[in-house]
Amino acid sequence: MILDQVIFLITALVIIIAAILVVSVPKMIHAALWLILALAGIAVLFVLLQASFFAVVQVIVYIGAIAVLVIFAVMLTRKAMQDDGPQLNRYSVLAAAVCLMLFVVLTGMLLSWDGASSLPVNPAVHPDTIINLGESLTNPQGYLLPFEVASILLLAALVGAIFIGREHRAGKEEE
Amino acid sequence: MNFLSDPVTFIGNWLTGLVANLGIPKETASAWVTGVAVGILPLLAMLWVLVLIWYERKVIGRLQDRPGPNRVGPFGLIQPVADMLKIFIKEHILPAGIDRIPYNLAPILAVGGVLGMWIVVPFSATVHGVDINVGALYVIAVGAIGTLGIIFAGYSSNNKYALLAAFRVVAQLISYEIPMVLALLVPVLLARSMGMNSIVQAQPVWFILIAPLAALLFFISSIAEVGRSPFDLAEAESEIVAGFNTEYSGLKFGMFYVGEFLHAFTNSLIFTALFLGGWQGPGAEQFPILGFIYFFLKTVVVHFLGIAIRGSMPRFRIDQVMQLNWKLFTPIALAAFSSAALVEKLATNWADAARIGIHFLVNMIILGVVVLIGGRVFRARGIRLDALAQRNRAAVKFSMEKSHDS
Repeated sequence: MILDQVIFLITALVIIIAAILVVSVPKMIHAALWLILALAGIAVLFVLLQASFFAVVQVIVYIGAIAVLVIFAVMLTRKAMQDDGPQLNRYSVLAAAVCLMLFVVLTGMLLSWDGASSLPVNPAVHPDTIINLGESLTNPQGYLLPFEVASILLLAALVGAIFIGREHRAGKEEE
Repeated sequence: MNFLSDPVTFIGNWLTGLVANLGIPKETASAWVTGVAVGILPLLAMLWVLVLIWYERKVIGRLQDRPGPNRVGPFGLIQPVADMLKIFIKEHILPAGIDRIPYNLAPILAVGGVLGMWIVVPFSATVHGVDINVGALYVIAVGAIGTLGIIFAGYSSNNKYALLAAFRVVAQLISYEIPMVLALLVPVLLARSMGMNSIVQAQPVWFILIAPLAALLFFISSIAEVGRSPFDLAEAESEIVAGFNTEYSGLKFGMFYVGEFLHAFTNSLIFTALFLGGWQGPGAEQFPILGFIYFFLKTVVVHFLGIAIRGSMPRFRIDQVMQLNWKLFTPIALAAFSSAALVEKLATNWADAARIGIHFLVNMIILGVVVLIGGRVFRARGIRLDALAQRNRAAVKFSMEKSHDS
């Protein structure tokens, strides 16, 4: 148990440092690389919670796909090799004030909740959590409807993206 | 349990007993032995690459009517050792303007991603690293880390060609992950489990007979994932110098090299476990060592097929690679997966033979439809496959005549 806590503390520290670096390093590409470290740390947290499925999905989806796409986007849109633009714009003070307020409110709320000061109870982990997940996602009594609605939303986003991407070319053909 | 029928478990138990005799609690002792095994498995895998390199060079040499390595040692067997020693003592060159941390991390990720896959491979009925219940998915996740290594290498080398190569390789890798995962879902569906060992145990009838299309797609996609010929755009010398690893020298380049060879073999291991019944065979349950031998033999056959393709196919263009994936493989994979799910649902209570027959039939129907439609599309665009082949033959004939003349 003590080993778990040590690993958790180290991981949490790494995630927090990496997350701060994501928004503070001057080079965009370095921010993307730090983001990968933060995401990998979250995968470690899932492992600590014995949610192996989520750990693996975290690596596939976030590191394998999203982080790679982010790096692609950065390298295609900016000068990847030399990019030292200003990091703050004129709304930075305002944004900092809003963030600070949000932080104070959230911390206050959490401190007033007695769960914040007690140790979390380890949930009884069923060995076949994937089966539970799969059944609840495909069971009409479970979460089938929200799941399908979410996939329709994604489909709509996909169609929208294709439409925006193709519109330009369609206009050209008409000329 | 005796040594001959199951050596690895025997040695493991013996070592645990030995350590426990020193007065250390049983559980700590077995944790120590596990730690040692964790060190030994990647070490063996890395050393195995020496054999793989020799084997591959020899086979490709014979395929292309050359002797292959034949100078150092009998049949050139010591050649990889000599190459390895050479690469160890080569100078590490750090090019100017590199991004140091990603540059040095890239080779580690490239090899680490491949070695990570070995953890879930069930080598025999009793010998496997860990049997996590998401094993099949884990294989894909760890493969994604290798992709990251390539991006790191391409970006951090401060070289335009390396960056360009990394772009197209990564585009290829993430594209081919889609049919690969979809094809992988078919054995998962048939075995009703994502654990690699459960998938192997569910194959008294090999899944390649139940889902030949998925097997084919997985095999080709896994070649594309390694980035070998005909998908070796990563090292198209005429276009991008040596690819994403242009700026690497010495052992750091060696790591990419080792990673590639090991990845090809590892994919054969995974393919064997998923589609060829893994360690299953007569007597494999009673004598786990037999299972190990079966597994190894099947893997070698699959690996040989990969090498034969590598040695005989010309390289695709990048647009052909992408078209093949998005216009052919992904739709077929979707069709194969959804039809497998449908058949499995409808035929749950049928006899095994009938179920397998229907699976096979549906696969063949999909394949037939694809060939028919594909042929029509090709004809509609004025592309004749036989005409292409004729042109290739003419080109080969011409170059051979030329070489005879000179």
